[in-house]
Amino acid sequence: MLARVRGFFADRDVLEVDTPLMCHATGTDPHLDALALELAPGDRRYLQTSPEFAMKRLLAAGSGPIYQLCKAFRRDETGQRHNPEFTMLEWYRPGFDDSQLMDEVAALMGVCLPAPMLATDADIPRISYRELFRQYLALDPLAASDDELLACARGYTDPGDMTLSRDDLLNLLMSLVIEPQLQAPVFVIEFPASQAALAQITHDHDGYPVARRFELFIAGMELANGYLELTDAAEQSRRFAADNRQRQAAGLPVREVDNRLLAALNHGLPACAGVALGFDRLMMLAAGAGHISEVLSFVADNA
Amino acid sequence: MATFSTNEFKPGLKVLLDGDPCSILDNEFVKPGKGQAFNRVKLRNLLNGRVWERTFKSGESLEAADVMETDMSYLYSDTEFWHFMKTDGSFEQFPADKAAVADALNWLKEEDVYVVTLYNGTPINVTPPNFVEIEVVETDPGLKGDTAQGGSKPATLASGAVVKVPLFVNIGDVLRVDTRTGEYQNRVR
Repeated sequence: MLARVRGFFADRDVLEVDTPLMCHATGTDPHLDALALELAPGDRRYLQTSPEFAMKRLLAAGSGPIYQLCKAFRRDETGQRHNPEFTMLEWYRPGFDDSQLMDEVAALMGVCLPAPMLATDADIPRISYRELFRQYLALDPLAASDDELLACARGYTDPGDMTLSRDDLLNLLMSLVIEPQLQAPVFVIEFPASQAALAQITHDHDGYPVARRFELFIAGMELANGYLELTDAAEQSRRFAADNRQRQAAGLPVREVDNRLLAALNHGLPACAGVALGFDRLMMLAAGAGHISEVLSFVADNA
Repeated sequence: MATFSTNEFKPGLKVLLDGDPCSILDNEFVKPGKGQAFNRVKLRNLLNGRVWERTFKSGESLEAADVMETDMSYLYSDTEFWHFMKTDGSFEQFPADKAAVADALNWLKEEDVYVVTLYNGTPINVTPPNFVEIEVVETDPGLKGDTAQGGSKPATLASGAVVKVPLFVNIGDVLRVDTRTGEYQNRVR
């Protein structure tokens, strides 16, 4: 599988790169917890949660199209589809938009997965986040009130008295109710702007702000997450700050922003689209495995 | 009291939820591509037996419940309580109320050993062994010659349970019964 992936990108003149796993800074995402280590007393480094920042620095330095197969680390993520140390396939395409990149992801799936899993060799269909919620929950995720979202969630699980933000509610419905039903391959597009992460924001045909972000689902499992990348350093700074405010409110440690990334964005990140794909999950699909431990040499408990 | 975080939830762990002791049956970690991770947790309320699924934000924690499962032998019942005694030689006795013995009520036999679940030192559940041997106190007379197959008839056991038995069974026979299904297994003597 590794050889197939490398062959795919070699044929397309995408350069393989190798960036450090230990970094000075880590992301501000309140829902990602990086593992920290001390290089020397008082000299802290983080194990990367993804190679995104380092690869964007290479793009800003004029690397052209690049991909990487590497380890990423996330604290407290263990489950059927999660291991704290996992393999990520991430790539960036200067000059591509999100739609072109989805075409390329679909082409890679054609190379990596058995044909029956993809049903047809036609394109993987795309559906907006809004349409998806309408279809599966008869609910408009952009227009519904928080109370309506909570009432809908209560129809599927007992959330007790936990405090759930609007995005928490949407994520709960997406992960618990909708995702398991997405068996045939599908790209979900046009995420709510509040879930843009590092994607550019645009407006849907009704004028709601939505993110140029996509996720690929196959066999009830999220496999890849991509963006039309944000290139505006000022907007990036604002999102870092917003994340950190959310961290503070949740009692989480505030993360120092990655000034090396901001400097690279200031220098100029080329217009590009990028995507990260869980390589272990791709292996699970190819092997028909139900648990990530079946495709890892040794899981974290036994490493 | 110790607390456990969602990532420590394992089947069999006893926790306090909304003031009730619960046993964790299953725990699944669910995380969207970006955003809040959740744990969907299957629980059994140890006081009322209710089994349901509750969702937690990953990283939330619950207090441990002081729940112990102990072997005890059944002594006797008065009108209100059923009395059990530890088998560890301490002779310590515990009265269990009707709600606690409900699952075992049909299968109680003096001196037999049961698993008693203690919550803060009070019995909340009594689990009978999978198989018990109890004497028949009431049934229609046995049919001569019919020793193996044929129909069945109800028989009342000394514990009060009514089970379906083969026609050859008589009052005074001791039967082996599966407490999980209430089914007759064989005649012991």
